[in-house]
Amino acid sequence: MRRAAAVFGMACILAVLALLQMAIQAEWIDAYVIPLPTDMLASLPRLVAEEHIVARFGVTFGETLSAGLLALVVGVALGAGLYRWPRMRRAFEPWVAVFAAAPLVLAYPLFLVLFGRSSLTIVVIAFGSALAPVVLKTLEGFTAIRPVLINVGRSLRMRPADEFRMILMPAALPHIFVGMRLALIFALINVVGVEFLINLGGLGQLINELAERFDLPGTWASIGLVVGVSICFFVMLDGGERWLRARS
Amino acid sequence: MAARAKLNQAGVMLPRIVAAVVILCAWQALALSGLLFRDVIPPLQDLARGLAGVFTSPDFYANLLVTSVELLGALLVGGAAGVVVGLWLGGSRFAAAAFERWIDYLGPTPKIILFPVLILMFGVGMQSKLAMGAVSCFFPIAISVAAGLRGVNPVLLRVGRSFRARLDQKLLKIYLPAMVAPLLNGARLGFGVALIGVLLAETKLSKQGLGFMVMDAYQHFDMPRMYGLLIVSVGMAAGVNQLLQRAATPTKT
Repeated sequence: MRRAAAVFGMACILAVLALLQMAIQAEWIDAYVIPLPTDMLASLPRLVAEEHIVARFGVTFGETLSAGLLALVVGVALGAGLYRWPRMRRAFEPWVAVFAAAPLVLAYPLFLVLFGRSSLTIVVIAFGSALAPVVLKTLEGFTAIRPVLINVGRSLRMRPADEFRMILMPAALPHIFVGMRLALIFALINVVGVEFLINLGGLGQLINELAERFDLPGTWASIGLVVGVSICFFVMLDGGERWLRARS
Repeated sequence: MAARAKLNQAGVMLPRIVAAVVILCAWQALALSGLLFRDVIPPLQDLARGLAGVFTSPDFYANLLVTSVELLGALLVGGAAGVVVGLWLGGSRFAAAAFERWIDYLGPTPKIILFPVLILMFGVGMQSKLAMGAVSCFFPIAISVAAGLRGVNPVLLRVGRSFRARLDQKLLKIYLPAMVAPLLNGARLGFGVALIGVLLAETKLSKQGLGFMVMDAYQHFDMPRMYGLLIVSVGMAAGVNQLLQRAATPTKT
């Protein structure tokens, strides 16, 4: 039934696009607001050829990866520190939770002033938005470790560094993977959003530029492209997490 | 016992106070050091003046009203659509198998990129910001409602059936109480993303609203005012988020 339902879902989406095409051709919908779906599709090769899609993709991907990985390194270190010192954890875990809920992206004009209109601004905002989930998930991971594992390490008189490397980290890895996935998702959302808002960089800027040129089929096609790229990225992250979980 | 609780409280407060003092001192030192351009990091007294200035300016309340109306409209439109779609997906396994994947994957995509086409559809006024917020909050609300409906304990439903409860009784006495936590959670996520959507849209193209005020302060390089506005809007978003999160967490008895 699942496969039939999935095919039905896909068919419904295609049917809506076909209806849209007919409604625009019949001039029930203004073609200056929503262009023909076939025009959107036809503009894709032009976008790839003229708008340096591959290079833009590289820029967006590079910024996302840098911000996500930086958040991973700093977040795991902070999470491990808070776990190691319970007093600090009691004091600052609520702060991290509030920071996680704070929409940092709204402060993008401030980051523009601090770091200029550059890739650094985009990476810093994305890093800031991705950091808190990694800290919280790392803490969650360390807290969920069975005490018996830690006791085994103590009975073997492991040094703290060995205990961290051989017991704490491997046991907390599944949670840290979840944190990493969240970090990369938040990083991508923020990178594309800020690229669009400050008109700089990769895929986000492409949409802004095409909209400013009133290239509507191009704008719609590029939005579709960015949504498609995001979905591929999320599916890959899901798959990666499942693969890593199976091996850990 | 009480003494121990007091000691614990002090153990939590001390690091917090130390951290806050260190951060504020570092800020002030950086502001007065002259290492950065003047006002990029304003001294604390200017910051306090900027924050107070936000609350004493009549402009702020007029623009807050605009943003609130846009946000409320967005939550009504996006929330209603989210609840309807969520109930449909949560109630029908076939619908969930056919469409839920799409909603799940479209949910986290950056919505602000839709703003150019929303401007074309709804104009440059309040409607396009309302639409931006509605599109943003639709997804988390639909996903939470669908998950909430599926999570209702089947025993409760069987009890309802055995008492021959009418549809309205089932809704009010079984579904609604059982779904309070996921509904509040959906409202929390929805509120957060709708506010971000509305404010970001205002910063991009607008002549009113809090987002416009932030951009206006940025363009006039009025940093204390910009900091004040950002503290208010980011604080407001984080505060409501925390309140709804507390309401959604079941209290331990």
